[in-house]
Amino acid sequence: MSKPKVGVFGLTGCGGCQLEVLNLEDYLLDFLNAVDVVHFTEAISEHYDTYEIALIEGSVTTNHDIERLEHIAKIAKVIIAVGSCACNGGLNCLKNLYGTQKAKELVYGDKAGWIDSIDAKPIDSYVKVDYYARGCPPTRSEIVNIVTSLIMGKTPEIPAYPVCVECKRLGNTCLYEFGMTCKGPISRAGCNARCPSARFGCVACRGPVDDPNVNAQKDLLERYGLTVEDLKEGFNLYNSFKQIEQKSK
Amino acid sequence: MVENLNIEVSPLPRVEGHGDLVLDVKNKKIEKLQVRIPESPRFFEAMLVGRLYNEPSHITSRICGICSVAHTFTSLKATEAALGVTLNDLILSLRKLVNYGECIQSNCLHVYFLAVPDFLGIGSVIPLVESNPAVVNIAVKMKKIGNELVRVLGGRAVHPITTVVGGFTKLPTTEDLHYLRDMLVSLYPDLETSLKVLKTLKIPDFERETEYICIYDKDEYALYDGDLKSSDGWTIKPQDYLEKISESVVEHSTGKHCRASRDSFMVGSLARTNNNFSQLSDNAKTYAAELGLKTPCYNTFMNNIAQFVELVHCVDDGIKIIDNVLNMGLDENKAMVNVKAKAGRGVGIVEAPRGSLIHDYTYDSDGRILKANLIIPTNMNYANIEKDLYKLVPMLMEKTADEIKLGCEMMIRAYDPCISCSTHFLNVTLINE
Repeated sequence: MSKPKVGVFGLTGCGGCQLEVLNLEDYLLDFLNAVDVVHFTEAISEHYDTYEIALIEGSVTTNHDIERLEHIAKIAKVIIAVGSCACNGGLNCLKNLYGTQKAKELVYGDKAGWIDSIDAKPIDSYVKVDYYARGCPPTRSEIVNIVTSLIMGKTPEIPAYPVCVECKRLGNTCLYEFGMTCKGPISRAGCNARCPSARFGCVACRGPVDDPNVNAQKDLLERYGLTVEDLKEGFNLYNSFKQIEQKSK
Repeated sequence: MVENLNIEVSPLPRVEGHGDLVLDVKNKKIEKLQVRIPESPRFFEAMLVGRLYNEPSHITSRICGICSVAHTFTSLKATEAALGVTLNDLILSLRKLVNYGECIQSNCLHVYFLAVPDFLGIGSVIPLVESNPAVVNIAVKMKKIGNELVRVLGGRAVHPITTVVGGFTKLPTTEDLHYLRDMLVSLYPDLETSLKVLKTLKIPDFERETEYICIYDKDEYALYDGDLKSSDGWTIKPQDYLEKISESVVEHSTGKHCRASRDSFMVGSLARTNNNFSQLSDNAKTYAAELGLKTPCYNTFMNNIAQFVELVHCVDDGIKIIDNVLNMGLDENKAMVNVKAKAGRGVGIVEAPRGSLIHDYTYDSDGRILKANLIIPTNMNYANIEKDLYKLVPMLMEKTADEIKLGCEMMIRAYDPCISCSTHFLNVTLINE
């Protein structure tokens, strides 16, 4: 069986997701035995437009990003959005909250006209995305799992349950017990409850779970004397794109 | 020999982020020389407005996945300065360790995967895999150990979690610290092997004296904290940086250009070893002597050697810090100090692997950001890179166009390497199959 050809791309983002691919360290050899990497923006000088699977990091924030993304989508058979920026728009969308034109003027002053920047969007605003490796950044194993599932002809399993499931499984004490707020009850898992395990409240970087148990979350807040407003604080860090979209409907 | 030359390298390979080089030579005269940065602008200064004081470190960490620790700490320091938070020795020691982790990871990748092949005149590290596979293994091991320091102490190798305003959400265990100490100690034979390899490198002849800027602390080789110091003879408090450093927007780049005492300056490992050499560990000084790094050094290409010397320092001092922390004891009550919102301005400066990084925040009385200003080391270096190239290109004019192109690329990579390294990392592994 010939190895599937993989391209790794970065649009507007921090490069951290691509770095996590490079940080695979212990798995990297196996990973590269299973696939043929023909394009890797951050890591390889030689590029070929022969990829079948495209892993795309970053959100779309410039006209140049749109051109690149559409070019990739024409070639790739499968598109995997990697990281919060590509999946939900991520942190880049805080710029939309502030106002893109206003942001240009704030940072570049009277030279704002020189700058190509449009409202930040997730990549599925422009092209069809087949799979999502969520998170800021996704765990190394999430990326590997999706790609290996595809190679084996299986549908990748993407967690559809909240972070609390993973956190409880690890035996962590609930952060609400320490007087903290945590968005774990309504946020999508997949990270093995990385933040709550480090005693840091979940910030929903994987977005909300598909069918959140809102009532359970409300009960929890009530039990600890907290309000929905307390929980809302910081929710837009990674999820402002969806929030703005919902408000405009 | 070349009289007319038109080079466009886009994108520059093996540099972190997206940069292009444009060089136009007519009748041996440089008509145009620009390092263009068309990287998408992110507008973090706007994103930060209105955010609560516990968020900026997580937001600005996302400026760069590769320097996420440096951004996290610069941000925390700016916030803590604004809110008047004073940290204890335990927190400061652990932060320095995390910072060393990033420095080891970043510097090792640059030195091994970028500098070694460039200076040996080979296109990549691949020929080295056959002639000296030990070097490749060392690089992978060092990178992993750097990452492990950040992961174990910070909760995650990229975008650390535990490092928050006022301290750490969670302390490592004694076992964690022994694990990290053992790993650092295991690097000494590798440093010896590396020294032998680095000694064989032919560093290109080049000299251009410029202004060198980094932070300075009277008690130690400053990477985490200190005042801003220039080789032009001034030292200022972090909050006064605007008195010396100014930024301007240039048309060909989304990265702003910076100036201090002159029309350009350099930040990064060479600036630090030039300004603070005497504070390096004795071991690091010995390595510097073996590798011919005499300060002040005006050869930009020696930045690669300075990075290796700093790596040795980080291993030495990292072990020392771990021993101190083990003596101090890991008291959970000391993991965090009290933090309260208040109005004020704070400036944080940290040495990221490739140079001084500045965050400047102004908070309102609710602890929300009114105004933020960020200055990134690469921005500080742009003007200096162009000046170095203006000096380098005429020196190379007798060579072929390809050699001139390579010379320019090497000069740029000497400043801002990072992911460059991984290029070869991937190629190497493919060959190994």
